[in-house]
Amino acid sequence: MIRITCPVCGTRAETEFTYGGDATVSRPGEEETSMQPWLDYVFNRDNPRGWHREYWHHVQGCRQWVILERNTLNHEVGACTLARDAVEAEE
Amino acid sequence: MKRLGSGGRIRRDRPITLSFDGQRLPAFEGDSLGSALLASGISLVGRSFKYHRPRGIYAAGVEEPNAMVHLRRGPRHEPNVRATSVEAFDGLSATSQNAWPGRRFDIGAINSLLSPVLSAGFYYKTFIGPFKNSTRFWMLCERAIRKAAGMGRASYEADPDSYEKRHAVCDVLVIGGGAAGLSAALAAGRAGADVILVEQEALLGGAILSEPAGGAADDWLEAITAELAELGNVRILARTTAIGAYDGGTYALIERVSDHLPKPEDHQVRQRYWQVQAKRAVLASGAFERPMVFGGNDKPGVMLAGAIRTYLNRYAVLTGERVVVFTNNNSAYEVAAEMAGAGAHVTLVDLRADVVPEVTGRATSAGVTLLLGHVVLEARGWGRVTSAVIAPAATRNAESAQKTLPCDLIATSAGWSPAVHLWSQLCGKPAFDEQAGCFVPASDPGHAMQAAGLVMAAGSVDDIVRQGFNRGAEAAREAGADAPAGLMPAPFEAGAFWQNGYDPTWAVVDARGKSRGKAFVDLQHDVKLSDIDQAHLEGYVSVEHLKRYTTLGMATDQGKLANLNALSRMAALARKPVPEVGTTTFRPPFTPVTIGALVGHEHGRHFRPTRLSPIHQWHVEQGARMTEAGAWMRPWYFPERNESLAGAYIREAAHVRAHVGMVDVSTLGKIAVQGPDAAEFLNRIYVNGWKTLQIGRLRYGIMLREDGFVLDDGATARLGEHDYFMTTTTANAAKVLAKAEYLLQTAWRDLRVHVTSVTDQWAAIALAGPKARDVLARVADVDVSAEALPPNHLTMVRIGEVEMRVHRMSYSGELAYELFIPAGFGRHVWESLHEAGQEHGLRPYGTEAMGALRIEKGHVAGAEIEGRTTLKDLSLEGFASSKKAFVGSVLRNRPVLADPHRPVLVGLEIEGKVGAKPGSLLFSSAAEPKGHGEGWVSSTTYSPALGKYIALALLQDGAARMGEVIKVVSFVDDLSLRAKVVSHHFYDPEGIRQNA
Repeated sequence: MIRITCPVCGTRAETEFTYGGDATVSRPGEEETSMQPWLDYVFNRDNPRGWHREYWHHVQGCRQWVILERNTLNHEVGACTLARDAVEAEE
Repeated sequence: MKRLGSGGRIRRDRPITLSFDGQRLPAFEGDSLGSALLASGISLVGRSFKYHRPRGIYAAGVEEPNAMVHLRRGPRHEPNVRATSVEAFDGLSATSQNAWPGRRFDIGAINSLLSPVLSAGFYYKTFIGPFKNSTRFWMLCERAIRKAAGMGRASYEADPDSYEKRHAVCDVLVIGGGAAGLSAALAAGRAGADVILVEQEALLGGAILSEPAGGAADDWLEAITAELAELGNVRILARTTAIGAYDGGTYALIERVSDHLPKPEDHQVRQRYWQVQAKRAVLASGAFERPMVFGGNDKPGVMLAGAIRTYLNRYAVLTGERVVVFTNNNSAYEVAAEMAGAGAHVTLVDLRADVVPEVTGRATSAGVTLLLGHVVLEARGWGRVTSAVIAPAATRNAESAQKTLPCDLIATSAGWSPAVHLWSQLCGKPAFDEQAGCFVPASDPGHAMQAAGLVMAAGSVDDIVRQGFNRGAEAAREAGADAPAGLMPAPFEAGAFWQNGYDPTWAVVDARGKSRGKAFVDLQHDVKLSDIDQAHLEGYVSVEHLKRYTTLGMATDQGKLANLNALSRMAALARKPVPEVGTTTFRPPFTPVTIGALVGHEHGRHFRPTRLSPIHQWHVEQGARMTEAGAWMRPWYFPERNESLAGAYIREAAHVRAHVGMVDVSTLGKIAVQGPDAAEFLNRIYVNGWKTLQIGRLRYGIMLREDGFVLDDGATARLGEHDYFMTTTTANAAKVLAKAEYLLQTAWRDLRVHVTSVTDQWAAIALAGPKARDVLARVADVDVSAEALPPNHLTMVRIGEVEMRVHRMSYSGELAYELFIPAGFGRHVWESLHEAGQEHGLRPYGTEAMGALRIEKGHVAGAEIEGRTTLKDLSLEGFASSKKAFVGSVLRNRPVLADPHRPVLVGLEIEGKVGAKPGSLLFSSAAEPKGHGEGWVSSTTYSPALGKYIALALLQDGAARMGEVIKVVSFVDDLSLRAKVVSHHFYDPEGIRQNA
């Protein structure tokens, strides 16, 4: 039972969230018409050992998508940020 | 064996009676079922799993491998209960297991004769060949074997008790209420931490309870528990086992609230599952004694030395009067001395040749006969041990050196194994303590769980108390409580309990490495020393393989007494050090858990939440048969006069086409899409265009997944300039909303759009049939004529006092309207409409009829949109806009999805009087029905309009096969039909009726 500290709601049990997949991939823009970037986005994933960033959706809370740092080896969890904030930071 | 006249910790002022195999036995409150049986002189309590050998009580706690009984009768009957863990109560009834007709005479004992065939891994090697058709013969035998296999038998009656789950949060969780745990709880409690102390027994004290009553240990126990009770921040849960340690500081506890009572008191639960969130934990779980292994070591009357001490000092039961104590360490000397003091004749056989006089003196001064440098080769006897064959360790093979000592009890002690289970579940592989010859929690101050006491191989009371106290204080500090913990309580005097002077030899074998007769390592699964040797011979090198191949450690006791011996045997055979062989993985639960405790109240109707339409009660009152659609309850059909399902839905559907019907569609997913960029959002998410949709209009839409397959369909209406109302299928509502939120919060952050679920806010009714307009006009306050409300338009309508929206949208293919009503008025409007519609013959219909109607029209639904179909497959390619990008627009054109032979949507007219089963496979009429076929049936119904059975199906090259007759085959139902391939628009393909 991992505990996720939602930036909006505070520390909650993982059962309030749905796992949302790899947060290190970015969706191609709407104008992208080549097949490969879409194939990569939908199908290709790295399988990192250790710290990873992934999406979780706080479905039983604020319904915000968050990005959680999790260690795939020992299930330790790290920082949790709003997806909208994290994406902004990258731009 | 007998009950002593004084001593022990039983309540002699509270006598009780219990029964075992129909025999009534006297006992006292404070007895376990095990101690009660021993006090009554009962040795033989059951038969072993594989060989059906007579077995007796071996230990005094949860590690008991043999005394598995059926407990209670009737609906509370439980199999595989350890008699040593049962708190005896007046009227308790138990029976022996795994023996027929009875434990004293058991036909299953014939298995013992088959033992050469039943060796390790026998089921992998037997029942194969050797002749043609032998397998068939063995399969017949298997039926008989299955009947004989297993241990106890479960009840088929419903459990009359209730269970509950609770959550708790604390700073420090202390697991174990013995000396170390109590010291830890004291330190943490004094420091101001919120503490939960769990103890699996009803009484606190742990190993203290095995000390003679009324001594220094008891004084210590009383003082500490008194102080703990004074502290307001220490919660003590007795009769509670910590069964698992999980990530994130989560622990699972099982509290046996009412197990010690004939039945739960008024409204009380039987057991309670606790999920505890603890910042820190201190594991003080103690250690299990290891047995010596020699021939016949499983006979009733061979027991663990520490258990014998517990029976003596806690339960005042003398388990034998002519005792042989066999050991390789110092702790057994205390047992020998105390048994002699209680009147038994004791011989202590120590395989060590040299033992210090301080230790030997304790025994000899009590009258114990010492035989140093000797071993027990074999235990003899049948229903009970009658003698032990003893020889000097050095010359054991010489017949002349062997002597047979009559005895009725053999106490063995081969050392102690710390109960590292919970630590290991959480923190990984334990470390090997070379000196103590056992595994202990590895030292790492970074772990949230630390260990103290016997579980850390602490060899003195001083060490135990000190470790407990320090770990408790540290845990409190790390959890943020730093009031002073004060002084550590002084240790108390106790008899020798640790394995000082330990010699790692535990197996008694001859020069060839063989034991004299069957020597058991795992008693519960009947795994012998020779089985381990055989596994090694056959090349099994991993301890995990040894476990599975021999089944050692896989019984209900999970090898608590067997694992360390087994892996050290494996290490010796493989000539590896023990830590290199290592332990198998520890997994929860620590001791068996009843499923009821894990379920709590979430069973039957409470298994998951039920969602009800606002109109639900009306359907139920009308006698509708309801069906589950996910978490929703929906009306399936409205039977009249004992109609069957088929009778009802065919009538209902025909009635809609001939007159008018109403169906409750409140379960549809509804999403409010609002904001200046709402149209752009819809444009990106749907395959068709939305920029031209005007206010007051609605449009059918289809959306794809990112990988190009169809996700969902629905209708979206424009209510205002920036206000849209999207509907989805019932099943996909949550998925679509989550997808929308995901895109709007990540890739499409630039869009100014809000999406909100309004599924529960709106009731929805579909009114369909040629008379639908007449019915609506009767109650609506506005003009609903064809000109005023054309297809795909919506308008506000007032019925009585209620304002609602009416959308002209048809799912059935008839003239139809969807009414969206504020949920609170749902039933009221339904009833008003129903009443007003009587003059036009308005009748309710259910989901089965609704399905028949849409199949007749060729509308796709969940059975077609099941994740494997594309727009092209479903003949909906024309919907997709070529002028804009949308979710899935690029990947839907992947080469593999352009395969011209992909199955496409067709209709089937079934020949004959039987309908096709969904999932049936399609074959050309000339082809042999084998393999995956050329397609499958997705939806099926009887069509009242066509007067025959029809189906929607996906068929390879379907477009080119119109008119062809094919085979429709269900292998599961052994059904083969013929059908004609036709267009899936069976009924009114021009849409004349719905556009009226």
